[in-house]
Amino acid sequence: MIGRQRHCIALEDFNREELLQVLDLAVSMKEVLLRPIKKVPSLRGKSVVNLFFEASTRTRSSFEIAAKVLSADALNWTSATSSVTKGETLVDTARNLEAMRPDVLVIRHSAGGAPGLVARHVGCAVVSAGDGAHEHPSQGLLDCFTIREKLGSLEGKTLAIVGDISHSRVARSDLHAFPKLGTRVRLCGPPTMMPAGVEELGCTVTHDLRTAVEGADAVVMLRIQHERIGDPLIPNTREYSRLWGLNAKKAREWLKPSALILHPGPINRGVELSPDVADGPHSVILDQVQNGVAVRMAILYLLAGGDPAEAKA
Amino acid sequence: MNSQQIEQVITRLGQEIAARATAAGAAGDLAIVGIRRGGVHLAARLRADLARRLGREAPQGTLDIALYRDDLAAHGAVPVVGPTDIRFPVEGKTVLLVDDVLYTGRTVRAALDELVDFGRPRRVWLAVLIDRGGHELPIAADFAGATLAVPEGQDVQVKLREDGAAEDAVVVTTRRLR
Repeated sequence: MIGRQRHCIALEDFNREELLQVLDLAVSMKEVLLRPIKKVPSLRGKSVVNLFFEASTRTRSSFEIAAKVLSADALNWTSATSSVTKGETLVDTARNLEAMRPDVLVIRHSAGGAPGLVARHVGCAVVSAGDGAHEHPSQGLLDCFTIREKLGSLEGKTLAIVGDISHSRVARSDLHAFPKLGTRVRLCGPPTMMPAGVEELGCTVTHDLRTAVEGADAVVMLRIQHERIGDPLIPNTREYSRLWGLNAKKAREWLKPSALILHPGPINRGVELSPDVADGPHSVILDQVQNGVAVRMAILYLLAGGDPAEAKA
Repeated sequence: MNSQQIEQVITRLGQEIAARATAAGAAGDLAIVGIRRGGVHLAARLRADLARRLGREAPQGTLDIALYRDDLAAHGAVPVVGPTDIRFPVEGKTVLLVDDVLYTGRTVRAALDELVDFGRPRRVWLAVLIDRGGHELPIAADFAGATLAVPEGQDVQVKLREDGAAEDAVVVTTRRLR
């Protein structure tokens, strides 16, 4: 259990204490990752099934490593080789996997709400590894972890999220996490990629990159989610890059020297980030990947452990 | 046990450990590791005492055994995990594990498992302030400040100033049954 949560589907459902519970535990988990022997026996005998209906390398390997470091057995299952291609429904697939008695089901799906639907039909814990344009909770948590680790605190800091806000599940998870931890959020992107009324979630909106990143303590740069966009929302990527991409010159002139640049990956180099910025001194993109394993270890550890209600009954 | 008695016990433990370390030729490669949370402050006190006797500050570390427990599934709410901090090479060292109370031995079992994940120590000794009996595993203390026969259902608590106690004390309380 993470606080009251039996599942990890959406950070929208998490309160401040639940977010902090994961972040604080992830600090101890990161220490394990830095040891000569990167393995602890805490989830021995538990199993984690990774159910991926959408392409992913980073997130799937990250969950797999997290499970293995905790000594759980990890089973990877991708839709291309599954009975989904033979017409099986999502709930049937999940129920069949559940009959094999896993402790945690990790699900990525191109449809928003898919992990929530599965959670209502199975008895084990469900973790979303990203669902459509809804949420990507473990990514939101690792963004919080990375910025807190680098800056010491999230309280009173300012975060700019730049890019395709409408189609980004990362932006949505960040938006449901950072304000609860005391961080102000500024959103920036083309008007066609900005959801109407998003200010109601407690952030400010601008379409000007300089206004967004000047004075910010951290900047999350997002990829254009071409796979979720039907009709083109921008004239071309060159114009997008000129107006909303970050290159070394803009970074030097507009960013605070201490500002962090994050990106959930995969990067479209030369579009939202120029290579010299992606690999430059502000970038903490590879730290994010390492921290992702620690955060996912914390999530799996908390959700695969015993249920307090059952233990005391 | 009051504060003065605890001090005497720590001094005696220091004497014994220093004598044993010197006899074993381990005075130069001794390392002290406290088991969270009860063993951490005791480890610091023993380390200060041993530094005076051996003329050398031994490296100190901390183990949190939460990730090594054998009762995660049965435990209900998962145990709180604190930081483990071992910043010296364990390889070849004589490691003095320190805890406040030795009871079932399960914590020490977990600590040994965790310790060897950091390397292969030359040998491991266990020092505790109180050995209360009731061992459930073949684990014994190499150095025990006091041995008490405490029946099941009672708790032995070591309260130290470093934890915010007004005065050092060891108290035995009857556990309330819910």
